Amino acid sequence: MIPRIYIPGDSGALALGAEKVAKAVRAELAERGIEAKIVRNGSRGAYFLEPMVEVATEKGRVAYGPVKPSDVKSLFDSGFLTGGHHKRWLGAPDKIPFLAKQTRLTFARCGINDPLSLDAYKSLGGLKGLQNAVAMAPADIVKQVTDSGLRGRGGAGFPTGIKWKTVLDTTSERKYIVCNADEGDSATFADRMIMEGDPFVLIEGMAIAGIATGATKGFVYIRSEYPHAVATMNKAVEIARKAGVLGVNVLGSPNAFDMEIRVGAGAYVCGEETSLLNSLEGKRGVVRAKPPLPAIQGLFGKPTVINNVISLASVPIIMDKGAAFYKDFGMGRSRGTIPIQIAGNVRNGGLFETAFGLTLGEIVDDIGGGTSTGRPVKAVQVGGPLGAYFPRALFDTPFDYEEFAKRDGLIGHAGITVFDDTADMLKQARFAMEFCAIESCGKCTPCRIGSTRGVETIDRLAAGIEPEKNLALVTDLCNTMKFGSLCALGGFTPYPVMSSITHFPEDFKPAPARVAAE
Amino acid sequence: MTMQPASTEIASRTAAIIQELKGLEGPLLPILHEIQEEFGHVPQAALPVIADGLNLSRAEVHGVVTFYHDFRARPAGRHVLKLCQAEACQSMGSDAVAAKIKQLLGIGFHETTRDGSVTLEPVYCLGLCACSPSAMLDGEVIGRLDDEKIDEILAEVRS
Repeated sequence: MIPRIYIPGDSGALALGAEKVAKAVRAELAERGIEAKIVRNGSRGAYFLEPMVEVATEKGRVAYGPVKPSDVKSLFDSGFLTGGHHKRWLGAPDKIPFLAKQTRLTFARCGINDPLSLDAYKSLGGLKGLQNAVAMAPADIVKQVTDSGLRGRGGAGFPTGIKWKTVLDTTSERKYIVCNADEGDSATFADRMIMEGDPFVLIEGMAIAGIATGATKGFVYIRSEYPHAVATMNKAVEIARKAGVLGVNVLGSPNAFDMEIRVGAGAYVCGEETSLLNSLEGKRGVVRAKPPLPAIQGLFGKPTVINNVISLASVPIIMDKGAAFYKDFGMGRSRGTIPIQIAGNVRNGGLFETAFGLTLGEIVDDIGGGTSTGRPVKAVQVGGPLGAYFPRALFDTPFDYEEFAKRDGLIGHAGITVFDDTADMLKQARFAMEFCAIESCGKCTPCRIGSTRGVETIDRLAAGIEPEKNLALVTDLCNTMKFGSLCALGGFTPYPVMSSITHFPEDFKPAPARVAAE
Repeated sequence: MTMQPASTEIASRTAAIIQELKGLEGPLLPILHEIQEEFGHVPQAALPVIADGLNLSRAEVHGVVTFYHDFRARPAGRHVLKLCQAEACQSMGSDAVAAKIKQLLGIGFHETTRDGSVTLEPVYCLGLCACSPSAMLDGEVIGRLDDEKIDEILAEVRS
């Protein structure tokens, strides 16, 4: 048997030197005259172990990581092609605690094989959901998705099945499926990992959405900051088309569905669904007022399903294993699993898919292993740049849409950024306002003007100018932005700002006092 | 600096791109990306040609081009270095990394070195948040930036 060596081609692994490792492995193979096949898989998401190299042995896969190019020679010397011991030896990848503790439904295949091998995809259960869907009536597919309890994973948490039902029930000669892959929130990379590591699951999910709602055309709108994801998705669509997964007869059925990959142009606000639709139409990415809902008048004025990558990528498993199977995971009204992305100043950073319900403390301390600097955790921002900062006192909050809302926070796209005790929360609050000012589409006044005034007011606070008055002004401004903005950019920027002020008041004391306290 | 193509040449190359892509649904962004790929920026001379080709007003085209951070009015340096400045990278000291690189290159964000070797830009998230602080050099991703990696980057852009 020719040895198989798996070296991730995921951009997170590449950022940590996977390409140099691959080059070193190739050179070593040539020098030793060994014939082996190098497979560029996706990432399993344990980024603290990337680049994680795996070899297929008679006893299954054996992983090594994090591998540096300088480790490669000694790996060969240690007989790693047959699973030999080495200081980077990790054992069977699915036994690594960070991975073993997960419940992988959406990410079941991510990182295991060559993402562009349709055969590998099918060998691990791929396309079963779509096969079931083509044999069903659209209303039954929609019912399955509704019954599964799946809610929008982009952040809003709107029930996916209800959105689909609106599109199904709206009569039109043309309908669209739009996948929101404008994953701009800091601390999130789940969409990127799926697109780079298991692109066919997204294609399958979109085809199911098309059949369920009567839409025949799909678009994936990917941010330009993700060139690797764009390349992989383009290749995957081409392969799926050739294999008859996409086209006029999806899997040989009378259903037509095809799709295109589109690239954004660096505007964060285009992650907001109506602004994304405008951008796809070739307009400025300004937010539209709702109603009309995109489900009734969306892309080019036609009924449109617009869903996040993870929502759509979770559909195939629901259609394969059934609504009840999926719904069985989770808590309260948050059903199924959620890929939590643990990022920032954290020892074990990566993607952790699990049923809803873990507490924030379990995620940060037990799974994340605390900060990478070894200093105490000061704050954790949950849900990206529009999410609240949580202090340790709120670490008992369970990961659930409603529980986070009760504590004036949101889970958003499930990204978590850990900060150690060197973080200055006034600076973080200022950044939230600054980011909103940079990225505001300009359509509504609270967001466009409020964010700029917010930066100025926080600067006055930092300078110790009339602190009480300016603190009251920021609070009032946040109130206006929260209730007066047209979309989540202006409406949610108050979350990081107000949570910083509420939970870390000592960081907002006038400058002289802050210096004296240090 | 690279020679700027004459406006007639810009017009003809732009017209060819429009011809190729105008059949797409919502063709303006793909066309602008292609133009930037072709010229390294979106030249002023291309705008009336696009407006004409897509039956839009020049103001509409101008509005779209200037809305998006990606589209450049002028060519960038030979290399483009993007430093992530979003929260996950902030938690790992991206401010200090940016300050160091700015000082070593003698430029700020949105500026190009006088020899035209490199343009420095902030970026708000590269999706490498478990490998912070991160950067992108000419489309290549770099994670866990430290002094050694900064030196490698600077050596590459200066070569």
